[in-house]
Amino acid sequence: MATEKLSMAQALNRALRDSLAEDPTVHVFGEDVGPLGGVFRITDGLTAEFGEERCFDTPLAESGIVGMAVGMAMNGLRPVVEMQFDAFAYPAFEQIASHVAKIRNRTRGRVEVPLVIRVPFAGGIGGVEHHCDSSEAYYAHTPGLKVVTPATPEDAYFLLRESIASPDPVVLMEPKKLYWAKGEIDVERPAAPLGRAVVRREGADATLIAYGPTVPVALEAAEAAAAEGRDLQVVDLRSLVPFDDETVCAAVRSTGRAVVIAEASGFASVSSEIVARVTERCFHSLAAPVRRVSGFDIPYPPPKLERFHLPGVDRVLDAVDDLQWEDQ
Amino acid sequence: MAEHQALLPSEEPLRLLDESGSRVDGSGLPMPDTRRLLEVYGSLVTARRVNDQAGALVRQGRLAVYPSSHGQEACQVGAALALSDGDWLFPTYRDTAAVIARGVDPIEVLTLLQGDWHAGYDPYERKVAPQATPLATQLLHAVGVAHAARLKGEDTVVMALCGDGATSEGDFHEALNFAAVFRAPVVFFVQNNEYAISVPLARQSAAPSLAHKGVGYGVPGERVDGNDPAAVLAVLERAVADARAGGGPRLIEAHTYRIQAHTNADDDTRYRSGDEVDPWVARDPLTRLEKHLKRKRALTKARRTEITEAAEAVAAYMREGVVEGAEPEPAELFAHVFSEPTPQLAEQAAFLAEELSREGL
Ligand SMILES: Cc1ncc(C[n+]2csc(CCOP(=O)(O)OP(=O)(O)O)c2C)c(N)n1
Ligand SMILES: [Mg+2]
Repeated sequence: MATEKLSMAQALNRALRDSLAEDPTVHVFGEDVGPLGGVFRITDGLTAEFGEERCFDTPLAESGIVGMAVGMAMNGLRPVVEMQFDAFAYPAFEQIASHVAKIRNRTRGRVEVPLVIRVPFAGGIGGVEHHCDSSEAYYAHTPGLKVVTPATPEDAYFLLRESIASPDPVVLMEPKKLYWAKGEIDVERPAAPLGRAVVRREGADATLIAYGPTVPVALEAAEAAAAEGRDLQVVDLRSLVPFDDETVCAAVRSTGRAVVIAEASGFASVSSEIVARVTERCFHSLAAPVRRVSGFDIPYPPPKLERFHLPGVDRVLDAVDDLQWEDQ
Repeated sequence: MAEHQALLPSEEPLRLLDESGSRVDGSGLPMPDTRRLLEVYGSLVTARRVNDQAGALVRQGRLAVYPSSHGQEACQVGAALALSDGDWLFPTYRDTAAVIARGVDPIEVLTLLQGDWHAGYDPYERKVAPQATPLATQLLHAVGVAHAARLKGEDTVVMALCGDGATSEGDFHEALNFAAVFRAPVVFFVQNNEYAISVPLARQSAAPSLAHKGVGYGVPGERVDGNDPAAVLAVLERAVADARAGGGPRLIEAHTYRIQAHTNADDDTRYRSGDEVDPWVARDPLTRLEKHLKRKRALTKARRTEITEAAEAVAAYMREGVVEGAEPEPAELFAHVFSEPTPQLAEQAAFLAEELSREGL
């Protein structure tokens, strides 16, 4: 099967199209996802191709969107809903935390809600306030939600397909600054099951652990480090919940040093969870404390200041330099 | 008359001027006097100029984005002029022209869209809340400000703005209910411009009108032609006076139209046709009031020049103030998170300062 070059936005669109075509229970809805095709065009052409019942605009209410999705899922459908931006999902948090995440547990497994909540997230696009939040920790901290995030078009395709197929509710965090980045994708490749991290680059000296928007930063840092003679490995988590301890720990044990890179504020975050897990499991293999490069503990900055907040290559390389190398 | 009927809006939106600028029967709505209408006209010209200038600054890459109120200027101006100095305005992202009409420094208003900071003006100075982006959330704050004013024995009225799409959010309904239960002096002013980005009104509501939504909460609803500057001002002034006199909240729906795309980033050809927009261009609020004033021979050449010059001065001020290369200070990132930076924030501020000094910045 020949591969194709698609942007992440196109890959997500393809995943929705293929799911709608294969499974009549799949329904896509949200704000502006119909004729407009979504503000990021992820649902472009779906209403025209599959009809107004399969892909439709709702009234403007996120709690309503997610709440209705719960009911539709209870009644045998597979809703895939779009939150327009990270911070505009907050009105839906009540539905997500109290119902989406809990209904299986509350009903002793009798009711399941196989729905997908797509959330364009994180910054780096010069967006004004409320358009750039890294909100993954809220979801990851809520037991009952799977939380996944792609860094490549191919992963975007497969993570969305697998999320739709999952019997559990999934929050798909889409790094919006990567929507337009292109990559090779082979839709006929067998999909990896949800929950698996992947080693994006082999390396012997230290491991960079990244997810979503920071994966390209990690790869760029590894490239720069190679020029200086340091061989960095890059792990792309892909899934925050469930967490792939096996892949991550095997990677860290192989190098003995690690830096976690995330855009979100570091305090009480996914990045702090990663450091804790790695330290608990790999302590005897570690030559240095696991370091973090994350966003500061501040509300997301205005466009002209975001570059000071976002983890960049230099900050990552500084953290790597700090990993107590023997020659220092 | 059954009690709920007193809460119902009129069958048709209230009007004082028709599209040709002729006086029509306004169902008892008082016509503002000519002096006041000239003031409204001046503000309309400035509001239009503000919209055009901001649009130009976006095209030049000097503003990140601008949600224009082109075509909605009668609502923008009415909302600002209906208030007294001690009153409060709660605007949205689309209400830049209203905020400027209320007297806030245009450059401070544009801080947000220049990407320098979030809210650029001091909300207490002209009693204008930060422009709200999360839809309908500010409406509850408006109720809180109004309720606090009542508790403190002040006669403040709060004007709370939102769009048609925002009326679908839960917060809109909670705000109306709270305001009604506490008889809070809030005028909820909905600019129904027929669209929420691409989604037409029919997808927001199956009610006979948005003003009808007040009935269920015990809030009287009124409908007004949102492109009739005289009627908008008159309806809002009456609602403000009623609220100030202890009459409780009002819900006013202005029927208007978003002439331009949602923002410069939006492509409205994907969801509406030019045929739909054209008739609304003909209902332009500026030309309507201008025709009326001309017919009354109230708009002298001298007055016109004065008005145009005032508008041009605001535009020139915007062009000069929105300067490229003026960069906000990175240290400010840590300055306003808490009353005092936490130890962790102090550490992070020092980290960034050190990093920047190494880069020679
Ligand atoms: C809670 C929330 N959800 C979604 C958005 C994204 N959004 C910004 S403006 C808009 C449309 C709002 O339409 P309307 O209330 O009619 O106001 P208009 O833009 O027409 O003035 C949407 C969906 C938002 N800002 N806040
Ligand atoms: Mg609207």
